[in-house]
Amino acid sequence: MSTVIIFNILILAGIALLAAIVLYFVSQKFAVEENPKIDEIEKLLPGANCGACGKAGCRDFAKACVKADAENFHHLFCTAGGNDVMRKIAEALGFVADEKEATVAVLRCRGTCQNAPDKVEYSGFKSCRLAARISVGQSGCPTGCLRFGDCVKACPFGALHIDPETGIPVVDEQKCTSCGICVKTCPRQLFEIRPKGPDGKRVYVACRNTQKGAQARKNCKAACIACMKCTKVCDAVRVENNLSYIPAEVSAEEFGPALAEACPTGAIIYTGALKKKNAETENER
Amino acid sequence: MSAKNTFTIGGIHPDKHKITSHCPTVDAGLPEIAYIPVKQHIGSPAKILVKKGDKVKVGTLLADADGIVSADVHSSVSGEVLKVEAIEGEFGYLEDMITIKVEGDEWEESIDRSPDIIRDIPFTPDEIIAKIRGAGIVGMGGAGYPTPVKTKVPEGKKAECLIVNGIECEPYLTADDRLMVEKAEQIIIGAKILNKALGIQNAIIAIDENKPDAIAVMKKLTRSYVGVNVRVLKTKYPQGAEKQLIEAITGREVPSGKLPIDVGCIVQNVGTVNAVYEAVMKNKPLFERIVTVSGNAAETPANFRVRIGTPASFLISKVHGKPEEIGKIIFGGPMMGTSAVNIDAPITKLTSGILLLHDDKSYKPEESVCIRCGKCVEVCPVGLMPFAISCAMRERDYAEAAKLHVLDCIECGSCAYTCPAKIPLLDYCKLGKYELKKQK
Repeated sequence: MSTVIIFNILILAGIALLAAIVLYFVSQKFAVEENPKIDEIEKLLPGANCGACGKAGCRDFAKACVKADAENFHHLFCTAGGNDVMRKIAEALGFVADEKEATVAVLRCRGTCQNAPDKVEYSGFKSCRLAARISVGQSGCPTGCLRFGDCVKACPFGALHIDPETGIPVVDEQKCTSCGICVKTCPRQLFEIRPKGPDGKRVYVACRNTQKGAQARKNCKAACIACMKCTKVCDAVRVENNLSYIPAEVSAEEFGPALAEACPTGAIIYTGALKKKNAETENER
Repeated sequence: MSAKNTFTIGGIHPDKHKITSHCPTVDAGLPEIAYIPVKQHIGSPAKILVKKGDKVKVGTLLADADGIVSADVHSSVSGEVLKVEAIEGEFGYLEDMITIKVEGDEWEESIDRSPDIIRDIPFTPDEIIAKIRGAGIVGMGGAGYPTPVKTKVPEGKKAECLIVNGIECEPYLTADDRLMVEKAEQIIIGAKILNKALGIQNAIIAIDENKPDAIAVMKKLTRSYVGVNVRVLKTKYPQGAEKQLIEAITGREVPSGKLPIDVGCIVQNVGTVNAVYEAVMKNKPLFERIVTVSGNAAETPANFRVRIGTPASFLISKVHGKPEEIGKIIFGGPMMGTSAVNIDAPITKLTSGILLLHDDKSYKPEESVCIRCGKCVEVCPVGLMPFAISCAMRERDYAEAAKLHVLDCIECGSCAYTCPAKIPLLDYCKLGKYELKKQK
């Protein structure tokens, strides 16, 4: 019995050895020569293959970098790696890297379980994309967060998680690389890539509801009701289609606190420190 | 011919629950306010012709078809237009609707309201198609494809057979069954009219064997009409699906991505055929239909003749359904219908039933892991592998799902019905279809 086992092991080991020798010589003979710099650059990249640069993965981006001349190099930017990675790549290739403003994804919805309580029960497959197709969602807001976390599953950097208390996703500013996958994934286009702002201070409207004020309020306490108060604080704020939008150019340090305080529903979020009442709503979030 | 046919692959036998099959159709009456959506069909929404304050009669054109694949929308009530704006539809999303305050019941003079049946067809094919278009008729089986488009045979193709679909394989629903019993002769003449428009001689009225009343009436009446035959089929779900029905009757399989006309068949629902008769012979636009209101939470389930635009809540109160005791309200049948968010949503040309179900019938059990039993593959009438599609969708591998032909799925729900692990296979297939169509 034992001889049979030993015999089998020896035969298999022999085949393996033979195959290894053949493969070694074949790989020597047919080796494809590649610029070693591609490997070098690929190591510098985050390696998430997120595709935010517009290339098919990190290796493709590395190839494009090596191929590029000084002129073309300006068009290449690794969104996920940011300025640090681009500086290192530029050093390795002898170019000068452009400095780009740091950006982050923000969630433009405050339809938490508290602000927009469930009106109907959804018992189907827990996916935002399917739920959005089938019906308006549990809260009744046609533009609000569906709270099933498709974005959390899609984020390649683990920068998103569903807050168990509020039910809506939270962006981890440290981990978010603004690759834009959440923007593409969300069936309601609730994410937006915005500049991080000085010391992480930024101001934006956290609502996309275009219904009329009364209807919007019925669905969600924190909805934008297009009351126009924000436009009085800053001229650059636009209100179109019953919805306010704060362009990224609006200085968060200058107008942020005033805008957040002017908003009666708390739809405007300012990430810096606030003075009074609105600080509470910020904590609630 | 003697043996009863059915389609060959897949299929299931859900409980029938046809509790209303012996309830004669009753007039639901007029609601106080009617909400008429301008998009009750596949294709582009119709262009609105009326404005606030306009007086309309029953049958007045409210919105005009915009393009070839679109349909006219007529008023189903007489009264004053209150507003023309977006209102929450059955799924909670805003849809453009014309709100009419009902005053009296005054019909347009052109509509022939006499009960006489007219048997001679003096019209040419083009006149028939123009009349169908002018009446805003769409496929009333649920898909809502504009009928005039289907009636015009594209060049290079040849229609050989008209199939009148009286299968109604969904549990609970009996609207088509009752229509066949009560309006049998109209349906037969309607089939003759469509035959003339298509330039063919024969029509087959397909009925499931579980509708003995309809079969008896139809068989008796078709004797005096040359070219119209009744074919009784073995009951199986989803026999009412167009491609499955063609296979059951002719043995021809419609290839993936092709239309029934490619195998020489045209399938029309009995409701559509009846509407064609009324439009061509009586000048009556499509503004009412039969709706089954049933389910175990309805005290007095019934079949209603309902004006389009009647709020669903109006019908629910008629069957003494109590919204607080109902677990789920479904527009359509229990297999393919979707549960509604807003019960004030109106009945459209496509609503064949409203189901009021208690929690015990409507809850979804907890999902467990796939045990690879292959039951979903066995029952899929298209021959897909739903378990493999669900795996691909879970990994968000749309290319793989496309390779598995998820786009050929007819969303009948047989797989999810059969699955012993209660995996929402239909949801995965639907998701795959949506995502792939979006990418196109």
